[in-house]
Amino acid sequence: MNTHASLILKLIAVAIIACVPLSGESFYIEIVGKVLVMAIFALSLDLLVGFTGLVSFGHAAYFGIAAYAVAILSPQYEAASLWYVLPASIGLSALAAFVIGLFVLRTKGIYFIMVTLAFAQMAYFIFHDTPLGGGSDGMYLNNKPSASIFGWEPFDLTNEVHMFYFILVTMVLVYLFLARVLQSPFGRVLVGIKSNEHRMQSLGYFTFRYKLGAFTLAGALGGLAGFLYAVLFGFVTPELLSWHESGNVLLMVILGGMGNLVGVIAGAFAFEAMREVFADITKYWQLLMGGVIVAVVLFLPGGLAGIPGRIKRAMQGGEAK
Amino acid sequence: MDFASFLIQMLNSLQYGLLLFLVASGLTLVFGIMGIINLAHGSFYMIGAYLAFVLTSMTGSLVMAIVLGIPLALVFGAFLEWALFSHLYKRDHLEQVLLTYGLILIFEQLRSLLVGDDVHGVAIPAFLDASIQLTEVMSYPVYRLAISAVCVVLAVALYFVIQRTRLGMMIRAGNDDRTMVESLGININMIYRIVFALGVALAALAGMLASPISSVFPNMGSHVLIISFVIVVIGGIGSVWGALVAALIVGFADTFGKVLVPELSGIVVYVVMAVVLLWRPEGILKKG
Amino acid sequence: MERTFKIAGNIALTLALAAAGMGAAQASEKVKVGLMLPYTGTYAALGNAITNGFKQYVAENGGKLGGREVEYAVVDDESNPAKATENAKKLVSRDKVDVLVGTVHSGVALAMAKVARDTKTLMIVPNAGANDLTGPLCSPYVFRSSFSAWQPSYAMGEALAKKGVKNIATVTWKYSFGEESVAGFKEAFEKGGGKVVKEMTLPFPNVEFQPFLTEIASAKPDAVFVFFAGAGAAKFVSDYAAAGLKNSIPLYGPGFLTDGNLDAMGGAGEGLMTTLHYADGLNNGKDTAFRTKYATTYKMQPDVYAVQGYDAAQMFEAGLKAAGGDPSKKEEVIKGMASAKIDSPRGTFTLSPAHNPVQDIYMRTVKGSENVVTEVVSKGLEDPARGCKM
Repeated sequence: MNTHASLILKLIAVAIIACVPLSGESFYIEIVGKVLVMAIFALSLDLLVGFTGLVSFGHAAYFGIAAYAVAILSPQYEAASLWYVLPASIGLSALAAFVIGLFVLRTKGIYFIMVTLAFAQMAYFIFHDTPLGGGSDGMYLNNKPSASIFGWEPFDLTNEVHMFYFILVTMVLVYLFLARVLQSPFGRVLVGIKSNEHRMQSLGYFTFRYKLGAFTLAGALGGLAGFLYAVLFGFVTPELLSWHESGNVLLMVILGGMGNLVGVIAGAFAFEAMREVFADITKYWQLLMGGVIVAVVLFLPGGLAGIPGRIKRAMQGGEAK
Repeated sequence: MDFASFLIQMLNSLQYGLLLFLVASGLTLVFGIMGIINLAHGSFYMIGAYLAFVLTSMTGSLVMAIVLGIPLALVFGAFLEWALFSHLYKRDHLEQVLLTYGLILIFEQLRSLLVGDDVHGVAIPAFLDASIQLTEVMSYPVYRLAISAVCVVLAVALYFVIQRTRLGMMIRAGNDDRTMVESLGININMIYRIVFALGVALAALAGMLASPISSVFPNMGSHVLIISFVIVVIGGIGSVWGALVAALIVGFADTFGKVLVPELSGIVVYVVMAVVLLWRPEGILKKG
Repeated sequence: MERTFKIAGNIALTLALAAAGMGAAQASEKVKVGLMLPYTGTYAALGNAITNGFKQYVAENGGKLGGREVEYAVVDDESNPAKATENAKKLVSRDKVDVLVGTVHSGVALAMAKVARDTKTLMIVPNAGANDLTGPLCSPYVFRSSFSAWQPSYAMGEALAKKGVKNIATVTWKYSFGEESVAGFKEAFEKGGGKVVKEMTLPFPNVEFQPFLTEIASAKPDAVFVFFAGAGAAKFVSDYAAAGLKNSIPLYGPGFLTDGNLDAMGGAGEGLMTTLHYADGLNNGKDTAFRTKYATTYKMQPDVYAVQGYDAAQMFEAGLKAAGGDPSKKEEVIKGMASAKIDSPRGTFTLSPAHNPVQDIYMRTVKGSENVVTEVVSKGLEDPARGCKM
């Protein structure tokens, strides 16, 4: 399968998604929009987990910080300017990731997982227990940000179709951006760190700086997803920073196949589709969800992206994996 | 705060910390000796509490329930290890995190299916249902003191088993070098099964002991889980003594935090964890 | 290549679901009720009780509301605010319900209310007591069949001040419902000449109460007022009794302290006095009939949540009747509901201009496994709806 055919298929996929607003069904436009936001969130985590080998169990913190930022920074009775709140929210998440990264990246392995969880819990409790963000009930974003520049409005986020395309375009840009980053020297070093950090260090790289860069970038992109989520739904809650959300996004990454950008997007879709389908089948849908998670870990270590490979290998004559 | 209150708050901290230790001890054993992150550990605590409820309803006595419940928990733990966890040793941490996260969902839903969603109480055994008068208005429940005593006894017993018996020696050796132990003819799989079953039983026992004072309700494992992880990490993965020290620290931080800085008391524990990890990344007391 | 197939497959799945959803479109001449309640998790028992109560009224009405057959669309909100907006949209945009009924958790209810207001969908809250819902966030479309956090606590404050209690310590969870309850209590109590000498909070939903019990013992107030609910309430009352405080420093609270969890407390709650808009032993005809029917149908005793669900259905019926049975005539439905007089098992009540029940609050005492009414402490108590611009 060459890159031309691969590109054409990707374009077809984007075109299909782009047709969703034509259905006119408000609910589905919003749901697919939400899945695209989750895909951005999962992509940001994949940079850390799949490519740099840093398993963060607190990624929801950066999602939530940006979501709260746009709600807090927006005035109560009028729309904020998109060109101000968007960079501000992402900037705050990136700053948080940078500061937290300075601390957590000193640890490794299981301790890294735990300490990322600890900082995420701190952020969770700050929003949950203090008056900063309306406490445990959450707060509203009353008006979606306005995109107008000196009176000219290129698009209107209160229009659900515009909102959808804004999210879709953002997702595609994030994907292209990450693909580019991974091709760059910076990205190559990250991959090298995942494979063998000591080797990279012995080659003269200050791996701490690269890891911090990846952590900050992942935090910024996670914040972008959080920003979009807040604007889409108009409501933010501390549960957005809970370890359950961090667990869910990790699951999307592993479901899609770590280290595989397109796979991770598929993982986000698969996760949401499963949630919807299971919830319609039974009220004990979390039982099915848990079962799927266990099964995926035990039997599908490469995630969804690994399935075609396994089928191919099976057909070629059942070699041991 | 006057001196009498201060003393009583110290007592409160001690009692809370000891119970936390009981839950966390199982986690640190499994974590340290088998290298497995088990997010479902809170579920074992929940299972213990529900077992206590069901068995006490059937037999009329919490003591009876505990006597029956411990072997049940051990068997359950051994079964889980054989069926699921034995496949996880060679996998990386992310996969362990996710698989055990899936287990949490499964256990909670099974609980809902089998026992329902209501809140239940468990009666304190009659011979412990008394209070000791401390001040003119306040008395301290004997049952809480009893739990603390049990926790101390268990802590000593655990230390003894791990440091002073052959089984303990094999466990410690197996953790350091699994292949070497196997080549010495020791059945490492059996050892791991025992340790895991023990870990499950400790958590379940904690749930059973705590059930009269905490009630039995859905999602009760969630909070305990995170706190247990914090304790294990602060204390040093694999160190039972470390878990004890850390649990006491957490007990004090939580108790005095609530009284002195209520708005921040939720965060205090995590701040302590972060500080410890950054000062001594391996935990206060390294593996031992 | 293979990976892109995966994406296409997933999109196809999602679109297939969309098509299926669109297929389940409008059935005419029926009224569609959207139930968004917790059916799993900590509040599942409440979600079930509310649903049972609602359905019982519909059954008593021949399976109809406003003369039309009732169709239900049900979503489990899991008491999770993070998914609340999505879940509410499911009922409003996908299932196109005529009324949104829910929920228990205030955070979820706030998200639902925003959806209701933005989409101009009728909403009835059968429990969540956040003052804001009929306060600054009130809306013509949002109604409540339950209570506001302020109501039962204010009534207790009045009652205790009248009794001559002079100083009180309070403990609650630090979240909006707890804070609103204590604030309502404090308002009435201090107006009546009492003083709240110590206000203590702990993070929600933490249940390690020992440090606070020690504080109470050293402060020695005349009495203690608390708000807790569910398992936490059971634990607090048990711990309070076990610490020997029950006999020396009386404990009071709104009814949530003792509703639905008396079994879990053992006998620790015996004699406890609480205030609520419902009680056992009310002895009015409507309540007796309601309870008998509920017990026969569902094989368990009803509670205040079942009553609130039942009354939500009554309110909607009143609105539909005023609109000739047509749920799309929203103006008339709203007018009908707002001016309704509801013959509830709790006693009759009307709605305030902010759409919150104006109702009697009872003082109850725990006797065995029941909260028995002893008197009406507050007749026709109306929530002041501060901040509501309706």
